[in-house]
Amino acid sequence: MEKYTLTVNGQSKEVTVDPSTPLLWVLREELKMTGTKYGCGISACGACTIHLAGVATRSCVVPVSLVGNRSIVTIEGIGQDPVGRAVQDAWVAEDVVQCGYCQSGQIMSAVALLKSVRKPTDANIEESMGGNLCRCGTYVRIRKAIKAASQKSA
Amino acid sequence: MVHSKKLRLRRTLVIVVVGLVLWSITTSWAAGQGSAPSGKIPQANREAGLVAWQQVYSVLTHPRCINCHTATNYPQQGDDRHRHLFNVVRGPGGKGLPGLNCATCHQGANADSTGVPGAHNWHLAPLSMKWQDVNDNLLPSADVCRSLIDRSKNDNLDGSGILRHHQQEPLVLWAFQPGQRRDGSARSLPPLSHDEFVAATKTWVAAGMPCP
Repeated sequence: MEKYTLTVNGQSKEVTVDPSTPLLWVLREELKMTGTKYGCGISACGACTIHLAGVATRSCVVPVSLVGNRSIVTIEGIGQDPVGRAVQDAWVAEDVVQCGYCQSGQIMSAVALLKSVRKPTDANIEESMGGNLCRCGTYVRIRKAIKAASQKSA
Repeated sequence: MVHSKKLRLRRTLVIVVVGLVLWSITTSWAAGQGSAPSGKIPQANREAGLVAWQQVYSVLTHPRCINCHTATNYPQQGDDRHRHLFNVVRGPGGKGLPGLNCATCHQGANADSTGVPGAHNWHLAPLSMKWQDVNDNLLPSADVCRSLIDRSKNDNLDGSGILRHHQQEPLVLWAFQPGQRRDGSARSLPPLSHDEFVAATKTWVAAGMPCP
């Protein structure tokens, strides 16, 4: 067990865990931040996506020992960011969510896309969001919401 | 007046000669110390260079290396070099796309507990450094050799630069310490150790980087 000081959504958090513990479980079980979801555990589905130093990252495969002093932003904190806020608003306006389980990861990936590509095309969206799986099939509404958010945050 | 002029001239001549002698001694000493910082390597013959090249080629075409030296829009994975899962693509700069970068999963070191390999600045080699064709067939040794030494394709690296790349590049070093898969099994290693790979590169460079 080792002590780690993590910066999560702008706040300093201390945890004492095994170094090999995936960041996902540190967030969910140690910090009780359950907005980030476990979908597969093998970085295949994107449900666990958070931002690590601004990069969309699959927290289920990143051991806490490799986080270092990079800042972490989760779904709980993404609304503090203007682009994050715009995406959340678009998600609500377009009624994207069905069961909701994948949507934390979808939103985190969408924000990463919009921060890099202000006006993404369909191809941009398909390529960047193609790693976030939705069993309910909300992809059409996700695409619509991303485009709506891109108009708002332009 | 004439006398002092002559003295000045003689003095200048002495200074120049002494300077030349000192320079000559210094460079001889430096040469005797082995490879200079500029990367001067003892001469080797062409045959030895070609043998060394084949050793280098055997490493370059091992999955730990060639999986990221693809001719396609995506990397490969595993010893069977299948297309990388999860819809990852090359993206501009070979680092994936926003939301799905290489760094989305691959961190600065191997994550043995989760089975994800990692090293600093994980990314694909540029298409100019592809060592296979679009059908995943290995390119012939001669073709790989020629593209490797083509400075218009290899980021303008000369022999010393190629050697340094093989010695120091984190992703090259990773190939020799590729970590474990999720099930705890070790990833296969290239046919040479890193030291042997560097030694073969040195021999090949010293021979003038001959290609088959």
